[in-house]
Parts: sequence; C-alpha cells; structure tokens
Amino acid sequence: MAKKQKWQDLLTDPLNENNPITVQILGICSALAITVKLMPAIVMALSVMVVVAFSNLIVSMMRNYIPNRIRIIVQLLVVATLVILVDQILKAFAYDVSKQLSVFVGLIITNCIVMGRLEAFALANKPLDSFLDGIGNGAGYGLVLIIVAFFRELLGSGTLFDQKVIPQSFYDAGYVNNAMMLLPAMALITLGIYIWIQRSLYPQLTEKE
Amino acid sequence: MDRNSNIYTILFAAVVVTVSAVLLAVAVMVLKPAQERNKRQEKMTDIMYTIGLDKEALAGKAAAEGLKLNYKTIETYFKKYFLKQYALKSDGSVDQSVNAFDINLKTELKKPENEQRYPIYIAKVDGKKYYVIPLYGKGLWDDIWGYIALNEDLNSVKGVKFGHKGETPGLGAEITKKWFEKQFVGEKIYDKDGTFKGITLIKGHKDPKNMDKDNHEVDAISGATLTSNGVTNMIQERLKHYLPFFKKLRQQKN
Repeated sequence: MAKKQKWQDLLTDPLNENNPITVQILGICSALAITVKLMPAIVMALSVMVVVAFSNLIVSMMRNYIPNRIRIIVQLLVVATLVILVDQILKAFAYDVSKQLSVFVGLIITNCIVMGRLEAFALANKPLDSFLDGIGNGAGYGLVLIIVAFFRELLGSGTLFDQKVIPQSFYDAGYVNNAMMLLPAMALITLGIYIWIQRSLYPQLTEKE
Repeated sequence: MDRNSNIYTILFAAVVVTVSAVLLAVAVMVLKPAQERNKRQEKMTDIMYTIGLDKEALAGKAAAEGLKLNYKTIETYFKKYFLKQYALKSDGSVDQSVNAFDINLKTELKKPENEQRYPIYIAKVDGKKYYVIPLYGKGLWDDIWGYIALNEDLNSVKGVKFGHKGETPGLGAEITKKWFEKQFVGEKIYDKDGTFKGITLIKGHKDPKNMDKDNHEVDAISGATLTSNGVTNMIQERLKHYLPFFKKLRQQKN
C-alpha cells in the first residue's frame, strides 16, 4: 500500500504544502495576467495541467534515451509541441476564451512550473509517477488561479462566470465595483494575502531565520 | 550506442523533431475547418453588431423562434439581413467575380491599388438600409481593425466595432470598449458642403461629452495617442476608397 500512498502524495502535495505558486513562487506572471475573470483562469489552469502532465509523461518515457547535452532543448521541444497543440485545440473549440487568453497560452512554454517539474521530477522518475506529479502540480497551479480569479471577478466586476451575482440593490445603495481589482497590481496583493493566510495556517512553510 | 556521441545526439534530435513536426502538421490540418468556422462566425457577429444586432439581440431573436444561438443560426440571420455584398473596384464599380465576404483586407491592401477589391455589406433591417465597411490599419504595437456601419444617407454613422491585436490594456485597448464605440454613433463623415472629412479622434477638444455630432470629431483616449491616431487614419484611409461608390449610389437616387 506504500505505492498508493506515494501516488496520493504526488497528487495532493502540490495543492498545499508544496504549491508551485504560493510556496515555490513559480509561474507568477501568468497567474497575475489571466485571473481577471474565472472562465479564462479555469481554461488556463486546465491547459497548464495538460501540458505539465503530458510533458512529464513523455520526457519521463524518454529519460533514458535523451542525450544529456541536448536535454533542455529536447524538453523545450516537447513542451512547445504540446503548447501549440493546446493552442490550436482552443482556437478550434473554445474560440472566445482563446482570444481572452491571447498570448498567455503560448507563454505556457516559458512557465517555470513546466520546466521545473521536468528537470526536478520527470528526468528521475517513472512515467506514471511523473504523470501524476504533473497532474498534481497543474492542479496546485489551477487552484491558486481559481481562488484569485474568484475574488478578482467578484470584487472587480461584480460577476462570476460573467453572471451578475451582486444584486442591483447594492449598487443602488452606493456600492461600486473596485476597478483596482482588475489591475495586475491587485492580483499580486491578492496572491500575497493568500500566501500570508496559508503560511499562518501552516507555520512549517515559513523559512527559518 | 554511446549516448554521448555526436552521431547519437544528432540522430536523436532529428527523430524527435520529425515526430513533433508531423504531429503538429496533422493537428493543424485536422483543426483548420473548425478554426475557419470560428473566424467566419466572429466576422458575421462583428458586422451585425455594428447595425445594432449585438449578441443579446440575436440571442433574443433566436430564443423567440425556439433556436439556439450557434454558427448555423448566426449564418441564417446574417443571410437574412445582409442581402447584398459587393467587392468594389477603386472606381466604385462592382467586381462580380469576387466573393466579398472572403476578402481578407490585410492581404488585399498589400496588392497594387488597381487590383485591390473593397468589400461592402449592405443590410436591410426593419425597412432601413445600412452600409457596413470593414476597416484595417495600424495601431501603436500591431494591427487594428474594425467595421463601421453607415445609415442610408451614406453620411451618419450607425455603429462601429473595433478590434486590436496587441494594444496596451487600459489605454489603446480601450477602443474595443462600449463607451468608446458609442461616441461614433451619429457622427457624420461628410461636411455640409459634401466634402469627405472622416472622423477624427481628438484630444482635449471642446466637446468631451460628444454632444456635437456635426464636427467629425470624437474624444480620443488619453495616454493612447498613437492608437487614437491609428483609428483616425484607418477610418480616413479605408472610407476614401468607397467615395466613388457612394457618389454613384447618390446619383442613382436623384
């Protein structure tokens, strides 16, 4: 049963204690850019999850054959191929969302989480473990994205999934949407608050002085 | 085989690259029809938007008939309202051999002037005629484009729709927002004497609320001078090619 435990850890560790965004502080750029609305954030999260999981799987399967000298180039090639595939599929089946994500799908290639997992995990582990590690890290990334996007869309636009959730009577009483929430600066602050709360709840995450 | 030898490295790279290239080529080919459809649908919705048939209006119409708003219904509405589409030559005559909807303005404008064809879409909604003209130009960073709909008088603007590839969010990218597009409604492109003026985006002018619809001016976006100039030029440059056609239409009427 040790194996089952390991698989479970691979999936759940990155959600909290080893979260790529809030603990390892990777992939911040895209997390700030596409968390204005929930829908693009979810599509982005899924895209990253697919790319990390499958690039982990493919690189792990090739890990004993990749010449060490061109290791990074081969990894980039795998990631780039997957990203272009995801981009093309989004353009064909989720056109509106793909327009909102614009360049950020292409920029998954440069997301440190992807290369980080390949170097740190896939090159040294079996394909199935690597695949699960990719799913876990993609989910960890997505979780933070969705939480940040939830607050930004709710407070910034007064909507969730583009549906009005703040009743008109609030606006009549003088409530105004906080346009600051739509700017990347507030995304960083929201993320900061998230990390603050997380580290207060789990003191072991704080660096020792 | 020695995994650190040059030959192995080159062979490995060649194989991986080939596999990746084949995979991508197949994927692009398979997905192309769906992507083209999305683009056509976007074009049709953008054009209908300028004459007041925005997504909500179309969805309302579809719901009233018990239909869902998808590619098929959008195409049906487009064909219903846009009875005529012309590809115009630079002298204002119609080129029958070209399908106006398929013209890609970006590639078209790279051709020599006498080979260029200018698409115009003519709609009739509730007895009123509208003329929709596609726009294409350069913003600050990259391409900008759009559509402008004129009323039957071929002078006042019914509505506009703008798009951009990479203008600055919060500044140049504001051209796609409703408040900006609203300003154009009712503006006139000819002055009282019938001289073509276009519509100029102007900063700090005396009419920030845009009450004066006869001055051929709308409020530009602060901090986005070059995008604003791009929009002004785009409207000026593109509409210019339709003036001979408008003249003909007017003569026919009189």
